[in-house]
Amino acid sequence: MEATPAIAIALVVLLPFVAAALAPLVYRLVGDFTGWVVALVPVAGFVALWGLLGRISGGEIITVAWPWAPSWGLELSFLIDGLSLTFALTIAGIGAFILLYSGAYLKGHKQGRFLGFLLAFMGAMQGLVLADNLVALYLFWELTSVASFLLIGFDHTRQAARRAAIQALLVTGFGGLALLAAGVTIYAISGGWELSAAGDLTSHLAYPLLVGLVLLAAFTKSAQLPFHFWLPNAMEAPTPVSAYLHSATMVQGGVYLVARMTPHLGGEAIWNLTLMAFGGATLLWGAIAALRQTDLKQMLAQTTLASLGLLILLLGAGTELAVTAAVLYFIAHALYKAGLFLVVGALDHGTGTRDITMLGGLRDPMTLSFIGTIMASAAMFGLPPLLGFFAKEEMYAALAIGQFESLLALVALVLGNALLGAVGLALLIKPFMGQLLPTPIEPHEAPVAMLAGPIAMGVLGIFLGFVPTLAGQLAVAPATSAILGVPVETHLKFSVDLLGPAFWLSLATWVLAIGLFLRLDLGRSLLRRAATTIGWSFDIGFDWLYFGIVRLAGAVTRLLHHGRLELYLFVVFALLVVAAIGPLWLLDGLPRGPQTLDLRFYEWGLVGLAVLGVVTVVCARSRLFAILALGVQGLAVALLYLVFGAPDLSFTQFMVEILSVVILALVMTRLDLDTADRRPLEDWARDGGVALLGGLAVTILLWAVIEGPFDVRLSTFFNAHSVPIAHGHNVVNVILVDFRGLDTLGEISVVMTAGIAMLALIRGARRSKRAEIAPVEPAPQRKRRAARKAAA
Amino acid sequence: MNSLIFRTIAPLLVAVMLVFSVFVLLRGHNEPGGGFIGGLIAASALAIYGMAMGVDAARTALKVHPLAYAGFGVALAALAGVLSILFDVPFLTGLWTIFELDEVEVAISTPMVFDIGVYFVVFGTIAAVALALEDEEGGA
Repeated sequence: MEATPAIAIALVVLLPFVAAALAPLVYRLVGDFTGWVVALVPVAGFVALWGLLGRISGGEIITVAWPWAPSWGLELSFLIDGLSLTFALTIAGIGAFILLYSGAYLKGHKQGRFLGFLLAFMGAMQGLVLADNLVALYLFWELTSVASFLLIGFDHTRQAARRAAIQALLVTGFGGLALLAAGVTIYAISGGWELSAAGDLTSHLAYPLLVGLVLLAAFTKSAQLPFHFWLPNAMEAPTPVSAYLHSATMVQGGVYLVARMTPHLGGEAIWNLTLMAFGGATLLWGAIAALRQTDLKQMLAQTTLASLGLLILLLGAGTELAVTAAVLYFIAHALYKAGLFLVVGALDHGTGTRDITMLGGLRDPMTLSFIGTIMASAAMFGLPPLLGFFAKEEMYAALAIGQFESLLALVALVLGNALLGAVGLALLIKPFMGQLLPTPIEPHEAPVAMLAGPIAMGVLGIFLGFVPTLAGQLAVAPATSAILGVPVETHLKFSVDLLGPAFWLSLATWVLAIGLFLRLDLGRSLLRRAATTIGWSFDIGFDWLYFGIVRLAGAVTRLLHHGRLELYLFVVFALLVVAAIGPLWLLDGLPRGPQTLDLRFYEWGLVGLAVLGVVTVVCARSRLFAILALGVQGLAVALLYLVFGAPDLSFTQFMVEILSVVILALVMTRLDLDTADRRPLEDWARDGGVALLGGLAVTILLWAVIEGPFDVRLSTFFNAHSVPIAHGHNVVNVILVDFRGLDTLGEISVVMTAGIAMLALIRGARRSKRAEIAPVEPAPQRKRRAARKAAA
Repeated sequence: MNSLIFRTIAPLLVAVMLVFSVFVLLRGHNEPGGGFIGGLIAASALAIYGMAMGVDAARTALKVHPLAYAGFGVALAALAGVLSILFDVPFLTGLWTIFELDEVEVAISTPMVFDIGVYFVVFGTIAAVALALEDEEGGA
């Protein structure tokens, strides 16, 4: 039965997320067999995608779209062409073996959560390579970063794992933001969110910006120089994660992005040369750094860097042959590198160490691992008739065309491939040949679930090498067509041109690789000495930047949030003065002031009472007296409101004044303050000056308000409608509970929240006070419980 | 506060203030008053009670934590707004029923319920803070 594209997408992208949520439950039901069960998810996806292979290789492009946010013109759209299908099949195929492997690798651990993370990553990665909508692309892109964060930091009790997880998240998340900016830019240019409809963007003014953003995203994700440092650190993750995310799929996200953008952005020198330069540099950097390592996993991580650089370099070259080589190499690399990682995990599992200098002669106790390694290393070394060989032939043929930059790239390729070949030889010969060395654990073969992956991938690599034409027709040519934007026929066939330059370059590579392998120990010690001499690495640079930002934030916070109450108040009131008077003064709106003061005698009396209250506050010797005097002033103001016809306001003012006095008095008695105010003269002058200016500013502002024309529209409306439609004569209350009810609802929520905050403050102050007096014994209860457990 | 006169008078004063606060609350729609001012009066009453009889007595009299009153108030006000959904009118639209009770016109309305919510929020919050500050020893 052939699945429709919509069902295939649902199976491939959405099912893993559902399965991720269910994985812990599955673990509870079937225990250590969880790996076998959840591996069915990618298998289902693989089968569904396989059903579409015929249509795609026939040149068809399938799109699937669901409505997402119609009001924003967003559709959850997916596009299946040769490129996305090749990636999606790789992700699903390898993913099945990875899940299977993980179940055995983490046997006895709580693996439900781990497998759930892996499944969620798988869904995100599939979404990334299949999405057509730019927002969806960004979303899946960031989801893979988040999943990678969770998986690298899975063993979160180790500091190194946490650091590596944060580093990977920051670097790739930063690139994700660039991708978002690129997506928005493309939307602004083309007017649609579908990447497939964007067309050629090279002639647009924003083209250099777009290239910068896309390459920033791709280089951070695919760990190109100078963002490469996170990938070796990410080896803190459990081995299946390294095999899956950090060699075969997630880090290929950047390569995928470059390939996907090639029809829209490619063909210009700025694109091609930047890619070739960064790719070439990363290739050599990674390949050389791999020689320096003794940890098998670190060696593989560095060679992954090199391979990523190689792919970027080939996509940068951009010719039909180069792109074909890139697609071939992507498939070959995914198969052999994931296999090698899995074998290293099996070695670690079976011997207790990953140090290449401590392993030897394992071919007898770990025969199946040995066979898996032979096939993977041969592919890495590029022996015919494996797929790796054809990939290498293809890339040499692509670049041996005589231009200066391609010749330079060719030199980098030969050198890089030779270094990779030497590492491949080392991975095969050092641990497996020679004498059996003593290891922390008695060497034993890994379980079948852990060996299925390396063996199957190795066999597949050999099989595809025997039928390159089939591989070319089914995957390579359609993917190449999608990258180049023009239909391409496959030219791959099972033959070697012994006289062509490509073969001679391959021979040179092999010779060089063997030479390098024989001199491996010398090279390693030289490189190590060089690294110690330099004493600086990009990793240290990252820390420098990271902690620099933290320190800067701390310094800014301390500057603004110094904790000195009198300074806070000074700043607030000084700014109030500026804000109140500044605009009035600048815009020539200063009020003229009252011309006559026509007040009755009792009104004068109330004003006098208020003034008396204020003067008493300032002159009072004790704080309590000052608070009471402030209350007198407040009550005088309340009486003024009453006299001038605002009974509601006056009523409220009375209550607020009384409560303020009570609460202020309570607060003051709680704080251990001097009863009197003993400020030095300069503080007194500063605070008094600000207070006077503040009062003056508010007065001027209020005068200006009174002098301005009074807009009666609102009061007319409220007066006219209060009784007929709101049934209330008290307009103020009607406004509060009816006309502006939503505002009031918000305000009372704020009142309650403020109350909670105040209680917390009061409680916190009390607790710290108590802690000063008598330090509390830490958690006596737990101790007692532990004792009881021990007794039981 | 250790004053016999105060302790004797306080319960009476508190009772009068509470009744008055409800009166102020209910008349608010047509005359000066309303939920906010009513809540302030009620909170003052409780503060006085706490000073006279002790914080523990005040807390016992309240039965639940004063902030629970505030939360109840927000919920009540929101409920008064949500009620409009039953009549297919926008959130917080005022709904009124006016009926004659012994020749007196009585009006029941969602704005009134809303105002009662405001009353509880103000009362609960101020009472919580005041009691916490009055409380010399124990946790708030």
